[in-house]
Amino acid sequence: MSANPDEPNIAPAPGGSTLLSIQNVEKGFGGRKVLRGISLEVAAGEFLTILGESGSGKTTLLRLLAGFEMLDRGEIFIGDERLDTMPAYRRPVNTVFQSYAIFPHLSVFENVAYGLRARGVSKREIPERVGRSLEMVKMSEFSGAAPAKLSGGQQQRVALARALVNRPRVLLLDEPLSALDANLRRQMQLELKSLQREVGITFIFVTHDQEEAMALSDRIALLRAGLLEQVATPREIYASPETAYAAQFIGQTNLLRADVHDGLAACRTITWRATGPAGRAIFSLRPEHIRLAQPAPPGKLTDATSARFKGTITNQTFGGAADLLEIDCGDGQLIRARVASPGELAGEREFEFDPSCAIRVREGSEP
Amino acid sequence: MYSRAYKSVVTIPPLVWVIVFLLVPYALLFCYSFWSVSPSGLIVHNWNLGNFAEMLRQPMYLATLLRSLRIAAYVTILALLLGYPVAYYLSLHASKRRDLLYQLVIIPLWASYLVRGYAWKTILGTDGVLNGVLNFLHVTNALLVLQTHLNASFSSHAWTHGWHVTFVPLSFLLYSPFAVVLMLTHIYTPFVFLPVYASLEHVPRNLIEASYDLGASPWKTFRRVVLPLSLPGIVAGATFAFVLTFGDFLAPLLVGGPSGIMISNIVASEFGAAYDWPLGAAISLCMLLLVVSLLYFTERLERRVAFS
Repeated sequence: MSANPDEPNIAPAPGGSTLLSIQNVEKGFGGRKVLRGISLEVAAGEFLTILGESGSGKTTLLRLLAGFEMLDRGEIFIGDERLDTMPAYRRPVNTVFQSYAIFPHLSVFENVAYGLRARGVSKREIPERVGRSLEMVKMSEFSGAAPAKLSGGQQQRVALARALVNRPRVLLLDEPLSALDANLRRQMQLELKSLQREVGITFIFVTHDQEEAMALSDRIALLRAGLLEQVATPREIYASPETAYAAQFIGQTNLLRADVHDGLAACRTITWRATGPAGRAIFSLRPEHIRLAQPAPPGKLTDATSARFKGTITNQTFGGAADLLEIDCGDGQLIRARVASPGELAGEREFEFDPSCAIRVREGSEP
Repeated sequence: MYSRAYKSVVTIPPLVWVIVFLLVPYALLFCYSFWSVSPSGLIVHNWNLGNFAEMLRQPMYLATLLRSLRIAAYVTILALLLGYPVAYYLSLHASKRRDLLYQLVIIPLWASYLVRGYAWKTILGTDGVLNGVLNFLHVTNALLVLQTHLNASFSSHAWTHGWHVTFVPLSFLLYSPFAVVLMLTHIYTPFVFLPVYASLEHVPRNLIEASYDLGASPWKTFRRVVLPLSLPGIVAGATFAFVLTFGDFLAPLLVGGPSGIMISNIVASEFGAAYDWPLGAAISLCMLLLVVSLLYFTERLERRVAFS
């Protein structure tokens, strides 16, 4: 059932056993291709985030998993079972909707009990399971309340309880925190993460917020225009992005379009030692990897391991521990650097960075 | 906030309207129902309950009232059975054809009531379209053959006799309560369709998806989510169909015949040919009370089933 390991763009699940296997999935709406061949494996108990801008196809992918849309090509398996041909109401997955989708005509209790009743769980078992589920999301006292009386955050919790009470094999979350205000959102992020560890259910979380993705996920699947750019842990994507898009989307970066010759990369006024094939290449250089160059001690040449360049500071944004500098290197080349509280800076200065921090990236998929 | 002049300009016309065309006629109706007609044919202002006693004494009145209620109930149920599935299909499944189908459902509302009445007359009559088609298809003949066959037991003579039967139209089609129910169902189904469609359009689609997601089959989803959430439309549509049918007097006049008489026809004749305005007023008052109490009941029901 597991995908062919020779498949070029398959993203294998790390560690544990593969629970969900998405294979070459394509989906279009009226001639417009929304997903252009997605292959992805999700491990049991993993917290996987599908991250992408609006229009990248992330919600479509989630809806394919839930069964609200039918795929055009490809296959989806859960364990040994074929998932994509199953009707939504038979799939062992549950969804937390962006707008919560709480049934307005049912009490909180009945909302949570809905899935149990629909699947024919015995009547005696229902109150206990609903009670435990509401307890888990700290909503026990609202059991008899009408949904209209609940705040957004409370409805969110009910939606979570309603999904988790069914003990799904995979929980799908469609931007569930996007409607909450910033404080509540951070709190819910923490709760969501600890809840996931507690119940041990595989979470597939869709968001456009890269910070949220980094804070929550075991792995991030970065989606762009219907194709996966990179699937890796947040740290891996941040430290070694594979594409220019991934580098830009996860954290801030400087993209340097350089020519590589004889082990040297040159991007206008900046040169550094680089490995890899010669020719045109794109490098990602994180702002925090650039520092103010130390003046060379007299009588000694500059440190050969670091790359140096000169530039004029055009803007300095105070940021507490580190300031963000915008540096004009001449020739229209703008570089951003994050420098540990340097005090007020101005004029032309020399900067340096470790060449190994300039990560060679691919152009990435065309939108 | 608003000037006195503005307030009076916007409030006086509807007020005048309500007083002149509703309150005064109702007050007159109320008074008339307690008056009586002298043997010489004059209306006498002697307050009494004679008209109401007359209504109870003559079984015809109560029977007609009950028939009207029964016809109204049939029409309501049939209009719901026809209107709800169409509204359901249009709202939830007819993605591309929706506008066209919606217009097709609404178009009958643009044709005059009388035109549609006469159309049914032409369709249902003994020389009508329906009998013509049935005759062409030999359905009526076949029915007759079957009947003859059964009546005459197994004699071969009955068979030959059966084939010689000339066309005998089905006569129960026109001038019967059946015809009234048919015509009024045709006329009032759009009145059920519209509020049901509106309420179905207001059912959030993600609730339907949530129901599937939680393991409910399409049928369970309909029963536990779509139907409860469209109840306000059902109540509103059913009220329209019932009240409008109950008060209808043209359909019985056109296609009802003697057996399809409804209570409004009696009221009309009391005010016309029979020239017994007080009795007509008394019957009208009873109808009014019935309808108003029904409206009160459905209003409460609607508020109970309506969700924020």
